[in-house]
Amino acid sequence: MEIVALNQISPDQVILWTWKFITLNVTILYTWLVMAILVFISWLATRNLSSEMNVSRWQHFLEVIISVVRGEISEMTKKGADNFVPLIGTLFLFICTSNILVIVPGFIAPTSSITTTAALASCVFIAVPYYGISRNGVLHYLKEYFQPNFIFFPFHVMGEISRTLALTVRLFGNIMSHEKVVGILLAVTPLLFPIIMQALGLLIGVIQAYIFAILSMVYIASALSADEEGHAHAHTKKEG
Amino acid sequence: MDSISIVALASIFAAGLAMGIGSIGPALGMGQAIAQALAAIAQQPDERNSLTRTLFVGLAMIESIAIYCFVISMILIFANPFWGHIIK
Repeated sequence: MEIVALNQISPDQVILWTWKFITLNVTILYTWLVMAILVFISWLATRNLSSEMNVSRWQHFLEVIISVVRGEISEMTKKGADNFVPLIGTLFLFICTSNILVIVPGFIAPTSSITTTAALASCVFIAVPYYGISRNGVLHYLKEYFQPNFIFFPFHVMGEISRTLALTVRLFGNIMSHEKVVGILLAVTPLLFPIIMQALGLLIGVIQAYIFAILSMVYIASALSADEEGHAHAHTKKEG
Repeated sequence: MDSISIVALASIFAAGLAMGIGSIGPALGMGQAIAQALAAIAQQPDERNSLTRTLFVGLAMIESIAIYCFVISMILIFANPFWGHIIK
């Protein structure tokens, strides 16, 4: 039995339960499932944390993930990573978990629906001005839009919107296309070849999660550092 | 030819065309990017981490063009907005 038919482009179209204006579709259900799994594993791992010599296996597991995320972020921003780990780490863990669980039969990745990816990308869209303003203040952030002069204002705005769109469509397209390709291959050459494609899909899923996190970090870092270069520039000008 | 077959023909043809032509550019670009990155890694193996990260980000940017084409062809085949007008 297939949950999402081959000619349905998104799991949003499969509605499980409806009551007045509230509808529960497959995307929401599996998003809740992924959230529950993440919360449960976090609870399990952080139940008895210790700083002794022999720590539990779960704690090792989480520490490896967190230290890798922190390392990547601090390499990118060249500053502290503490502000960004909650957002970027959550995005990475959510996307990675939902992409990896695709190998479980019956699981529909919530990231194969454009609504989920659009929601994640709008988080980044809001986070960029948030971090920019909280680091540099409103005026400095807005001044970035008028660099080098006011003609470039529409291009900056267009860039913000189009990169959010790109973030959305990239994740959606990759995961959805992989599901469709496996479905079509299952009809054409059963058994062996779809398994290889599933294995490739795990790689694609992890890489896409990595790319989503890295790109959102790049966008946030650009809102932070572009202004500091401007500061340095103004400073040298004053000195010169 | 009635309008149903015209829409079906145009959609399928456009989907194939979009995918075929649309993946030429990204393929060339990705090949170029990977070749350059490999040359750079071979010259400076110490910088491998930052080179790989930049390569992945760049590949994602290039790849998204092909993904746009793919999404458009998927919409044309599976969720064609013109079918509703015709079939009704």
